[in-house]
Amino acid sequence: MMLKKLFLLLLVIVHFSENSLADDRKAYQVGDTIMEFKLKNIDGKFKALNDYKSEKGIILIFTCNHCPFSVAYEDRIIALHKKYSGLGFPVVAINPNDDKAYPLDSYENMIERAQEKGFTFDYLHDETQEVAKTFGATNTPHVFIVSNQQSHFKVEYIGAIDDNSYEPQSVKHRHVENAVDQLVKKIPITVTKTKALGCSIKWKK
Amino acid sequence: MKIKQSILLLLVSILTIFLFTHASLKKEVQVVKMPWLDSILSIQNDTTYVLNFWATWCIPCVAELPVFEKANQKTNREATKVILINLDYVKDQQKVLIPFLEKKRIKTSVVLLNEPDANRWINLVDSSWSGALPATLIFNHKTSYRTFIEKELNFELLDTLLKNSHINK
Repeated sequence: MMLKKLFLLLLVIVHFSENSLADDRKAYQVGDTIMEFKLKNIDGKFKALNDYKSEKGIILIFTCNHCPFSVAYEDRIIALHKKYSGLGFPVVAINPNDDKAYPLDSYENMIERAQEKGFTFDYLHDETQEVAKTFGATNTPHVFIVSNQQSHFKVEYIGAIDDNSYEPQSVKHRHVENAVDQLVKKIPITVTKTKALGCSIKWKK
Repeated sequence: MKIKQSILLLLVSILTIFLFTHASLKKEVQVVKMPWLDSILSIQNDTTYVLNFWATWCIPCVAELPVFEKANQKTNREATKVILINLDYVKDQQKVLIPFLEKKRIKTSVVLLNEPDANRWINLVDSSWSGALPATLIFNHKTSYRTFIEKELNFELLDTLLKNSHINK
């Protein structure tokens, strides 16, 4: 009898912990206003959201060095910045990974990778992971396009860069390009949310 | 003469053992598309399915593979079916995936899901899935059990989830 009660109790405990597995972290949704942030860039200087107030918006990309999906997208991220920075939508990359879990994602290695690949965009280090947590970034690469509303920046698109991480030549839908093109033309964005496979962001313990 | 024969016999035995062990280690991987995923997800029976989404380059995924191997060995095949759904690039199948599975001696069934536009199928697996790897879906249609986990699992937790999946609600 005692054992049966204990078993039931255990079941209840397990049931509760199972429910908590569905992580209900608050994440930005399309339409939300994003918070101020200040992160260290690869040039050693700090960049705040306010530093982009002269831009029409930002293509914010949570990415990193070690993840094969991020690496597969490096050239496409460089191309996005080249195409859209002149139109007022620069790329700002943010690396949120714990470099104890992934030494390749350390600040020093970010500088090295940026030099190797010739990144012309800002590549910021989210050392405390606060920015990634506030955005609700989950994997790399994970894009948030924000538009400048003068008093604040508003989330316009969340998701993938395009529909084929493996083969750039097989891409059919360029989600980020389509969204920014529509923002530039000031017409409603047709696809505001997509999902893609990626490396889960390694949170600090 | 006798020595020669013995040596020959020994060589033949070694060769046979070598061929046998290699043949049994040779891993076959079926390449599947979305209809396969659809059919697994809508299967109506009393088996608990464990679908683990992983890739060879995903460090936490590789770290948790032994958990699924152990579950696959320990559980009754009819009651529980573990399937490792690999998401490597299909072109790397022979070069990367097969040697990896052979080296790690993976005995659990593995399929390679070749659907690069994950946006089309991530929500089929679970609407809460961000797309981050590893991720695991455990379900049993008979008991209406369904749990989705977007992180690494340990054996104790998986074992408990499997036990719960067989309990009628």
